[in-house]
Parts: sequence; structure tokens; C-alpha cells
Amino acid sequence: MLHIFCPYCGEHREEAEFRPKGQAHIARPLSPEQCSDEEWADYLFFRDNPRGIHHELWVHATGCRKFFNVTRHTVSYEILETYKMGEKPKVTAESLAKGGRS
Amino acid sequence: MSKVAVFNQCPGSEVRAESPLAHLASIKGGSSLVVTEHAFLGHLILRGQADNESLKAAVQSVIGVELPLQPLTLALNETTGASVQWLSPDEWLLILPAGQEYDVEQNLRQQISGHFSIVNVGGGQTLLRLTGSKVFDLLSKSCVYDVHERNFPVGKGVSTTFAKATAIIRRPNEQEWELVIRRSFSDYCYRWIADAGREFDLTFTV
Repeated sequence: MLHIFCPYCGEHREEAEFRPKGQAHIARPLSPEQCSDEEWADYLFFRDNPRGIHHELWVHATGCRKFFNVTRHTVSYEILETYKMGEKPKVTAESLAKGGRS
Repeated sequence: MSKVAVFNQCPGSEVRAESPLAHLASIKGGSSLVVTEHAFLGHLILRGQADNESLKAAVQSVIGVELPLQPLTLALNETTGASVQWLSPDEWLLILPAGQEYDVEQNLRQQISGHFSIVNVGGGQTLLRLTGSKVFDLLSKSCVYDVHERNFPVGKGVSTTFAKATAIIRRPNEQEWELVIRRSFSDYCYRWIADAGREFDLTFTV
């Protein structure tokens, strides 16, 4: 059972209160009609599946019902940080490679 | 002043109203755990930007309490019995004495400007009040949320799960706890409480 910090409620809650919603920070192409089929399919269907740091979208389904971002290690399941929508992650694969905490 | 058409959803005394627990029987027991349903209160969901000054002013003048902006807090008007609870950064639950929801909604709509919404959700949920020395024991065996005094002081209200069903747990004062449960889950919650409260000699009034 994960113990997830909701950045809006300001508290740790049980995993059962949350729902995972897939990869975070997926930008919709600004002009879809200019996209090739490959670019559009990549946006719609193709997701990263990294071994290590992954930025994910979660929703606090039974709490404040807000979406927020989670940086999770896909091997250890450790949650390195949670942050609000519109914010950038502090912990990334690059920052860890440079000698941040693992 | 918004131009939204609002109608009074309270049918008045000619129509017989039934609480979500109307089909269930009261349980007679001791005084260590007393659960009482308070049906037909006015439940309104208010949504808007927390930095909207007219929203804060309207809540202050209509409800008589300051709009709670701190997460998981509850503001009570001791005189009228009305309460405003923080549900999310842009959402609040107003619980009003029975029959006031239409007037309150209209007054709020007149005074709030900008982007906001008010929805009467009174038909969708009901409120249970829990008193007695064993309330903590009932809650702690029914939900994963930490209801201990150090984590759940008076004036806190959280939206979480109660026996796996979505519910709002509130602590308006030292003696009482409140559970706001969904109408569709009220039968299930009643049966859960009836079973979980048996060891505490539960009294349940519906």
C-alpha cells in the first residue's frame, strides 16, 4: 500500500483514495491538423515505460478530487515527490544522474 | 448577480419526504455510542476561486462565518447551526438548517460575481451525528484515516473513505462527530455501523 502526499490536502493518505491516470506532462500538439499520422498516434497512444524515474498523473478520487503529479521510481515504487498541476518536477532522471538523492 | 435559473427543490410539507434511511429500523442500545440521522438538511456545493473577494464577502454576510481557506478545515456558525467546509482549493460544502437552502442559494447568487457555481446536493447525501465515548473506536475500525486526537482536532473535516465508501468525516465540537454519506451508500453504511457498533451497544436513530 502506497502512502501518497496530496499537495492540495497537504496530508499523506492511503493509496485507496487515489487513482493513477498514466504518464504526466503529455502536451497536446498545438495544431493537430498539421501533425503526421505518426506524430498524432504517438501523442494519443504511445507512453513511456521507463525503468527508474517516472512522472505520473494521479487523482485524489475520494478526497479533494484534484489531479496532481507524482514522481515515482518504477523499480522500488518509492515516491520521490508529488507536486501540483502546472509545476515542474524537482526530481528527474537527469537531476539524479547529476548526483541528487536516489 | 448571475442569470442562472434557480428553483426551490424543497417540495414543502404537502409532499411526504423520505430520508435515505427511511426503510431501516432504529436500534435501541446504550449511551456509549449514539448515531442519529439528521435528514433533510440543506447541502450546497459552492465552487469558485479562493481569491474572489465577492465570494468571501458573500459567505461572510449570508452564512456569518469566514470562508475556510486552510485545507481540511470547517467553519461553524454556532448561532444558526450552519457550517462551511473546505473540500478542495476551489470547493466548499455548506450544510444549512432544513429549509434554508433556497434562500441562502439565492442570496449567495446575488452577492457573488465572477466565475462560480452553487449546486444543491441535499438530495444526494445525508448527515449522521455520532456521540458517545466509543465513537473513536467505531471510526478507527471503520476507516483507514487516522481519527486520533493528535491528527483530528475539533474543527477538522476530511473527505475520505468510511468502510470503503466515500464519506466526509467532520468534528464540529469536542462531543460530536459527523459523517456525511451518500444517499446511494446510506443503506450500506447503516448496515456497516449496525454491525461494527454491536460490540459498543449501539443506539441508532433514523
